[in-house]
Amino acid sequence: MRTRLQKWSLLLGAAAVLALPPASCAQLTQYDLESRIGMESHIGSITGHAKDAKTAYRRYCTGCHGDLGDGNGENFPWVDPKPRDFQLGIFKCRSTPTGTLPTDQDLFDTIARGLDRSNMPQWSTFTKEERADLVAWVKHFSPRWVNEKPGTPIEIPPEPEITPERIKAGRDVYARVQCWKCHGVLGQANGPSAATLTDDLSRPIAAYNFTEGSRPKCGDTDRDIYRVFMTGLDGTPMPSFADNIKPDEAWDLVFYLRTLMSQPSKAKTMAKQLGLKPVDPNAPAGQQ
Amino acid sequence: MRMGTRSRLCQQLSFAASLLTFALITVFLVLSTSQPANALPAFARKYGLRCSACHESWPMLNYFGQKFKDNGYQLMNDRDAPIWQNPSYWPITLRMTPSWRRESANKVAVDSAPTGEQRLTTSGFNLSGLDILTGGTLEKNITFLLVPSADEFGAFHFESANVRFDNLFHSPWLNLKMGKFELDSFISEKRTLTLSSSGGGYQLFHFIPVGDGNIFGQLGDNQLGVEWMGHSDNDRTRLSAALISSTDGNVDVPYGQNSYSVFFAGSQAFGAGKLGVQRIGGYAMFGQAPTTYLTSAGIPIPGSGLGNKTYSRVGFEGLFYLGSHLDFQVFTQHGSDSAWFGACFGDIITGTCDPANNNTTGVLPPGTRNPTWNGAFVETHFVWNPQFTIFQRSEWVRMSQQAIPGTPSNLGNIDNYVFGYRYNPFMTSRAGFALHNEYSWIRQRGTSPVTFTDLSTNSLMLGFDFDF
Repeated sequence: MRTRLQKWSLLLGAAAVLALPPASCAQLTQYDLESRIGMESHIGSITGHAKDAKTAYRRYCTGCHGDLGDGNGENFPWVDPKPRDFQLGIFKCRSTPTGTLPTDQDLFDTIARGLDRSNMPQWSTFTKEERADLVAWVKHFSPRWVNEKPGTPIEIPPEPEITPERIKAGRDVYARVQCWKCHGVLGQANGPSAATLTDDLSRPIAAYNFTEGSRPKCGDTDRDIYRVFMTGLDGTPMPSFADNIKPDEAWDLVFYLRTLMSQPSKAKTMAKQLGLKPVDPNAPAGQQ
Repeated sequence: MRMGTRSRLCQQLSFAASLLTFALITVFLVLSTSQPANALPAFARKYGLRCSACHESWPMLNYFGQKFKDNGYQLMNDRDAPIWQNPSYWPITLRMTPSWRRESANKVAVDSAPTGEQRLTTSGFNLSGLDILTGGTLEKNITFLLVPSADEFGAFHFESANVRFDNLFHSPWLNLKMGKFELDSFISEKRTLTLSSSGGGYQLFHFIPVGDGNIFGQLGDNQLGVEWMGHSDNDRTRLSAALISSTDGNVDVPYGQNSYSVFFAGSQAFGAGKLGVQRIGGYAMFGQAPTTYLTSAGIPIPGSGLGNKTYSRVGFEGLFYLGSHLDFQVFTQHGSDSAWFGACFGDIITGTCDPANNNTTGVLPPGTRNPTWNGAFVETHFVWNPQFTIFQRSEWVRMSQQAIPGTPSNLGNIDNYVFGYRYNPFMTSRAGFALHNEYSWIRQRGTSPVTFTDLSTNSLMLGFDFDF
């Protein structure tokens, strides 16, 4: 009798111990996540389902972004910049105005494009359906996706023809909105404010160095660069200039930034022919 | 009444003691198997990715891992060049597998056995060989792989040693590699999940007909040569061609004076919605190897081989996913050797064939034909989650033509079955550790040592496969 009882107690003990890890994880946040497991994403005609991405997230993403999507995976102490905290629902690369949620397509593109100068590689090996599922999974971490809708993507006018005048005008914009304060007069990320930059979580963050040859974080087409001025990179010191720069001026700035980049470009050739000088921070407004 | 109360109290105490004991044992086991590794797997620690990012179940690559490999162990971002790594970064991984094994063969030559053969079963603890895997980038788009590998006795050789120039002229279609390397089959024996004696390797990667002297067509052996490899940006289309010495990867050119083989591979991947990315492809290996050697005091002189004869291996390979939990690898082969090899001319340097089989006369033994065969295997992985995988492989090789007329048609045919599971108690970007349990059985027709009847062996292994 006593032996049987001991067996049962051992069995129950085993069950209790095995149940401990799930119980310890069953915090409010976990509950919230489970309540949002029905989250969907919509990429064109494809509908992604969060519940279908659980295994893929665990396989590819948990190490950095953590089981709870809070960016606190095992690699958190070692990687720089730190992994994104999906629970905040704040994303750098968006087509939507600053402060708003990105579209599903924005997240979909970011997964495949990766983020240079971070540990986020290009996850371009998923099928579109798998990637759409992952977008839904990322969304299910934040209550913002329940309470808010994504912003309306900004309009990007057609790219004008590049001219020397536009490049010079872009240099004026670079000086006027004080890009050089962070990015430096030569685009080398060594402006007077560069060393003091922090993200929204007060962690040090580096400005983009246009000259080192790495890809811009949110894409390397002219349209991608244009978009960054007008949407800002939420969560970082890079603001949106949608209220300060007119669309035409934004294109001018794109052309000027191309002259700072190490990659060969038409703008770079023109700048060389012009003998274009860097901005002078001390020059009076409009007299670069 | 009091007795009853005491009894219940004892029972409760007993329950609590059992629970506590179990909890302590569990905690001990968890802690004892979860110690942080002292060093780090080379690529995982470089990029901060878990094993599961690149491996379906390590060491088997998934699509992302295949792309990483095809890009020259690069993620194609700004973290690839070693100059961006912490100076203490050391791109080295060690892998070994201590295990308990039970090996059984049904017919072993034994003096005291009435038929001269009897079953022999042995069990005990054992070690695998040691792989020292060093690889990565010397500079952006210049890749190296160096794998000094020891057998279980500690005798080292170079399993791999090559340098690769990646993305020449900024094109993923132009990658050149030279040295000793694995042939470019996307179903890789080097990355198989199976480890036991009777099931660890792919039979088709090493198949040689009974009595055949051609050791040079073994796909599973790393080869010395040069390889061009090209792939699309997303790695869905892959093509490669390699020119190799017909030496089966042995150094110092010990066989022919002028003997080369070529290996071609191509594959195409395509998305299949939520089933995942499927890949199909094919390979072809054509080669020449010597059948006659100059001799000194009757002993063949290494590197003096002449009288090249031909061989070929062609087949289909496919990797099919049925969602995130189940995949199939399919591999087929049609192989053919020159009749000379079939008559056991060829490798008389390392003793595969009798040194007397030296083709000095140039006359083929009467009636000898090209030995040919067909084979296939299907390997299945059920990935319950990235930490737990159940696998099986079924493989068959069938002779379709024997070299020597009158030879039993099924001589040398192989049936091989393997199944097991692999459990990773933890999964990090720092170390790999798997509890590996596997059973395998293999039968080869007509090859027992005395009676020339069917020889079958089976293996059971339970081991800890770890790398760090």
